[in-house]
Amino acid sequence: MSWFGRLTQGLAKSTKRLTDNITGLATGTLPLDDDRLDEIEEALIAADLGPAVAGRIRDRLADQKFAKGIDDAGIRRVVAEEVEKVLAPVAVPLAITRRPQVVLVVGVNGSGKTTTIAKLANRLKADGKSVMLAAGDTFRAAAIAQLKIWADRVGVPIVAGDQGGDAASLAYDAIRKATDAGVDVLIIDTAGRLQNKAGLMDELAKMKRVIGKIDATAPHDVLLVLDATTGQNALSQIEVFGTVAGVTGLVMTKLDGSARGGMLVAAAEKYRLPIHAIGVGEGMDDLQPFDAAEFAAALAGSGD
Amino acid sequence: MFDSLSERLGGIFERLRGRGALTEIDVRAAMREVRVALLEADVALPVVKDFIENATQRAIGAEVIKSVTPGQQVVKIVNDCLVELLGGEDEPAPLKIAVTPPAVVMMVGLQGSGKTTSSAKLASWLATRERKKVMMASLDVARPAAQEQLRVLGEQLEIATLPIIAGQTPVQIAERARQSARLQGFDVIILDTAGRLGVDEALMTEMAAIATATTPDEILLVVDSLTGQDAVNVASAFKERVALTGVILTRMDGDARGGAALSMRSVTGAPIRFAGVGEKLDALELFDARRVAGRILGMGDIVGLVEKAAANFEAEQAEKMAEKLAKGQFDMDDLRQQLGQMKKMGGLSGLAAMMPGMGAAKKAMDSGAINPKLLDRMEAIILSMTPKERAKPEIITAKRKIRIANGSGTTVQDVNKVLKMHQEMANAMKRLKKMGGMKGMMKMLAGMGGMPGPDGGAGGAKDTGGPGGAIDLGAVGRMFGRPGLGSLPPGFNKFGRK
Repeated sequence: MSWFGRLTQGLAKSTKRLTDNITGLATGTLPLDDDRLDEIEEALIAADLGPAVAGRIRDRLADQKFAKGIDDAGIRRVVAEEVEKVLAPVAVPLAITRRPQVVLVVGVNGSGKTTTIAKLANRLKADGKSVMLAAGDTFRAAAIAQLKIWADRVGVPIVAGDQGGDAASLAYDAIRKATDAGVDVLIIDTAGRLQNKAGLMDELAKMKRVIGKIDATAPHDVLLVLDATTGQNALSQIEVFGTVAGVTGLVMTKLDGSARGGMLVAAAEKYRLPIHAIGVGEGMDDLQPFDAAEFAAALAGSGD
Repeated sequence: MFDSLSERLGGIFERLRGRGALTEIDVRAAMREVRVALLEADVALPVVKDFIENATQRAIGAEVIKSVTPGQQVVKIVNDCLVELLGGEDEPAPLKIAVTPPAVVMMVGLQGSGKTTSSAKLASWLATRERKKVMMASLDVARPAAQEQLRVLGEQLEIATLPIIAGQTPVQIAERARQSARLQGFDVIILDTAGRLGVDEALMTEMAAIATATTPDEILLVVDSLTGQDAVNVASAFKERVALTGVILTRMDGDARGGAALSMRSVTGAPIRFAGVGEKLDALELFDARRVAGRILGMGDIVGLVEKAAANFEAEQAEKMAEKLAKGQFDMDDLRQQLGQMKKMGGLSGLAAMMPGMGAAKKAMDSGAINPKLLDRMEAIILSMTPKERAKPEIITAKRKIRIANGSGTTVQDVNKVLKMHQEMANAMKRLKKMGGMKGMMKMLAGMGGMPGPDGGAGGAKDTGGPGGAIDLGAVGRMFGRPGLGSLPPGFNKFGRK
C-alpha cells in the first residue's frame, strides 16, 4: 500500500476531524461566510497547525472571492492548495552526493530516531547505496541492541560500543571505519534529548564538533526526527536543535496514526528546512519521501 | 508568543479599570484570548471549547476584588477552573495496589510515549516509597530489544524482571508474569506493553485481550506531555478498549506547555497520577494540578520553583543565613552558598524555565548569549579570594583583584561584576531583613494566599495577584537577590553580556 493510502486510511479510522468539520457544515454550494471560515480555522487548529498559521490560512481563504459560493469538496481543495503552497518548497528528498556521506540523526526521546535510521538504511540500500550504521545512543538501555537488531535485519554493518560510552568518540571511530570501508552513507544514531536540557545539548554540539574534526564538511546531513503526535513544541525543537546541531532537514514519524502532523506547515513557514521523509508504520519499508501535494491533500481530507 | 496570559488580558481590560462585576461582553472578549492561550498550549480543540464555555459561565457576574484588575480576576477564575479540571488541589489518589497480591498494573500508550522508562520509575517508586516487592514484565514483542531494555533497567534499580522467553505472545507473557509473581510472593507486577496507535486495530485488540486475561487493578495510560491536538484521539481510542484508571504524563521536564494534560483528563475522566520529570529513574513526581494549570496558562511553574527552592535549602544553612541576615550581613561565602543553591536547582536555565516572564532570559541562555557556566565561573572567582577577603569584600584592592582574576582564570572586569553583584545582593538582603527575614519570607511563599505583592515591585506586579495560586513573585525574586522579575538577578545581566 502506498504511504498515501496508509495516511488516508489512518485518517479514515480516526475521527476525521477536518473532513468531518467541513462536511458537517453544509451540502451544496454556499458562500464562504464567517461561520464556514471559523470552522475551517478550527479544523486546521485541530490538525496541529497552531492558531497563528490556521488564522493566516483562514485570512487567505477569506481574501479569495468565491462569487458563486463553494461546496465542501471545493473548500477542501482550496485548503489543500494553501497548505501545499507552503509545503512545496520544502519537499526535498535526501540527496546522497558524497562518500562517505555522514548523516547524524537527532531528536527528543521517543520520536523514533532508531526506527527511522533502520528504515532509511533499508531505503538507501534498496537504491543501491552501501550503508553503515553507528549506534550513538549510548544512554538509553538496550538502544544499541535495538539498532544492532535492525542492522542485522536490513543487512548493513554497524559500529557499536558499550552503553555509557562516549558517543562522540564512537562517531569518530565510525567515520574512520566508514571511510576505510568506502561505504556511501554512514548514519549515526544519537540519544534522545529534550531541547531544553543544556547539558545534553552541549554533548550533541560536542559530538558534531568531533565529527567535523575528521572531515570538516561532516556531518553532511543532520536530520531532526519529529513525532507527528507532538504539538506546538515541535517548533521549539526545530529552533533549538537547529541552533545547537545545525539541523539540515526534517523527518516526521508516526503519520500512520491519527495525528495529522500539521505543525510541519508552521515549521515550513517559519524555518524553511527541507522535509525529507515521513514514517508511516513500524516496518522497514514504511519510510516515504515527503510529497507536499499528497500531504496537503491528506491534511485537508481531499485525497479522494 | 506571549509570556503570561494576564499580560495579554491586561490590554483588553484596560478600559474597564474600576468597574464592579464582570459583564458577559467583557468576559467573552477575555475568553477569546484564553482560548488562543489554551490552543497554543496544545489543549485539544473540543476540550478548549467545553472549558471556555464553563469558565465563561462562572466568570460572568463575578465581582472584581479590589486591588485586582479585571484581567487578573478572569485569569484567576480560569486558573481555578483549570486546577479543578486537572484534579483539584489535593494529591492524586494512591494506586489501588492494596489487593490480594499480586496487584497488576498495566501500562499502555503510543510508541515513544515513555512506557518502559515510566514502568521502571513506577516500580522504583513503589519499591522505595511504599516498600512493595515489585516485578516488571515487558510484553513488548514488537520493538527490537524492548524486553532487553526493561531487563537492564530492572538490573539498575534492583527490581526483578520476568525472565525473557523468546517466541511467547504478549498474553502468554502476561499470564506467566502473574503466575510467577504469585508463586514468588510479589506484591505488585507491572506489565509494560508495546506501543500502539489508536488506529491499529490488531494491536488494540491485543491490548484488550491482555487486559481481559490479567484483570489489572490499574491500567495507566502513558502520555507524552509534548502531545498536540491528537491527545484527544489517543485518549478516546484507548479509553474505548480498556478501562483506564489513571494517566502518567511524561517529559514534563521539557519546555512544552503541557496542554495534553487537560485533554487527557477531560477525555478519559481518569486522574493524572504521576509526572515524569527527567531521564533519571527517580525522576517521577505525584501530579500537581496547580502547577500544571499555571504552566498551561503560561504563568510559569512558580510553585515548583518554590518547592524546589525549599527542598534544596538545607535547614542548617538556612539558620546560619537567618542569623547573618538578622545582623544585616551578607558576605562572599554567603554569595557562594547562594550560587551553590542555584546550581542545585538546575542552574540558571532550570530556574529561568520555571519563572513567568523569564522566557526571554531562557531564550538568551539557550542561544548562548548568556553562558550557563556563569555560576561555575563566579564560584571560581569567589574561591580565589582569601577567607579574609570573602568575609570583608571591601578590603579587595585593585592589586588583589588582579590576583583573584589570575587565580580564577577570569578578568578583573569579571571580578568587579561579582563584587557588584554581591553588593546588590547584600543590599537586597538588608531590605529582606526589614520584611521579617528569611523565615518570614519562606512562610509567605508557602502560604501563597493569592496576596497582592507588598511592594508591587517592577516586573513582579504584573504577574502577581492573578491566579489563585499566585504568590509574591517579588519575594521569590528577592530570595535570589533580585528586586523583581523580568530581569536577571542584579549583576547577572551585565555578567552575561560578552
